[in-house]
Amino acid sequence: MKVVTSNFITCAVKDCKSFPLHFRDAKLELQELDFQAEFIQNIIPRLDWDKLQITANELGFSNISDTKPNDDALNNEQILRDLHKLLLEVQIMEGKLICGDCGHEYMIKEGIANFLLPSHLGL
Amino acid sequence: MLPTPCTSHVSFDTIYEPSEDSYLFLDTLSSESESTWLSNRFNSTPTTAPANNTQSTSTSPLVVEVGTGSGVVLGFVAANSQLIFGRRDILALGTDVNRNACLATRETAVKAVREQQTPASESVPTAKTPYIASIMSDLCTPLRPGSVDVLLFNPPYVPSEEAPRLPTVTEQEDKKDLSRSAKFEQDSYFLSLTYAGGVDGMETTDRLLEAIPGILDPVRGVAYVLLCKQNRPEEVKDRIRGWGNGWKAETVGNSGKQAGWEKLVIVRVWRSE
Repeated sequence: MKVVTSNFITCAVKDCKSFPLHFRDAKLELQELDFQAEFIQNIIPRLDWDKLQITANELGFSNISDTKPNDDALNNEQILRDLHKLLLEVQIMEGKLICGDCGHEYMIKEGIANFLLPSHLGL
Repeated sequence: MLPTPCTSHVSFDTIYEPSEDSYLFLDTLSSESESTWLSNRFNSTPTTAPANNTQSTSTSPLVVEVGTGSGVVLGFVAANSQLIFGRRDILALGTDVNRNACLATRETAVKAVREQQTPASESVPTAKTPYIASIMSDLCTPLRPGSVDVLLFNPPYVPSEEAPRLPTVTEQEDKKDLSRSAKFEQDSYFLSLTYAGGVDGMETTDRLLEAIPGILDPVRGVAYVLLCKQNRPEEVKDRIRGWGNGWKAETVGNSGKQAGWEKLVIVRVWRSE
């Protein structure tokens, strides 16, 4: 599960849907991918930056910028390469995702997060 | 013809083996008419959208398949993203209730992309379409509202007395040594989830359709849903059109005509003003 995924998932409990979920005990793995500036330039505008910052800090990537890169920063190769690594190369292989509101915990095993719910919380 | 992703690593004990419906998905999405439509909708060239338009047409589309099974459809879409969407920078994500299917799909997609997306030349490195995650979930319940640009669904569409229950959160976590009969029973249960659709074969599809307006990107979101004849596709399309707010539904692919009836159809669901 790549870090960028965390920007698209919420708590699965219907009446909660809290966002973002919080990583705990995350075991990370780096899987190299070819870098292309346009890829990252096209992903950045659609991210919820505040939420990404929270996630990045939880995973130990505290050097992420305070504001969403735009204009000059969007053409700064080092910034784009750092984000490429964080968003697309870092994988969460084991650990938990925890909802900050309802406290529900979702396990991550072999890189697969399990959002199935106990039957009293489903449907 | 474009190559079908390799699924030789997939065990079909609990996972749906690619069949006519899967191939209809591949053919429909890569058809000239549909890939032209999608490439126009997800044009990667920046447009002259006003500066305050937060969702300009040039951002990377999030492409989600619900119930990926072997991953043959999502793997194909990821590997052929340039042809289908006119761009490689799509973000591909798959969901399935079956852990084995989640693992299989990740491998199918990563392999298909690696085999088919070769660099144009040595000097110009071109990045490959990223497969961002397989997640275990009931349909798209953990996805952020309004975030999905393209939703693909090949549902369990066969009419059955009742739809099988959903797996619980824990039952796939501990691999126990099962007796032969217990394993057979468990495998049959997981296979039934891939095809048994309850009343009219629509119980699961109805739940997905209900989620579509909330989960799709409000401007450019589009869903592709496969239906069989017994699902009464014409009625389903009329129901979607009845949502109002510019919702549209059209048949964009079909196969296996029987006595003038299309056995399987793929319906495109989208909004336009």
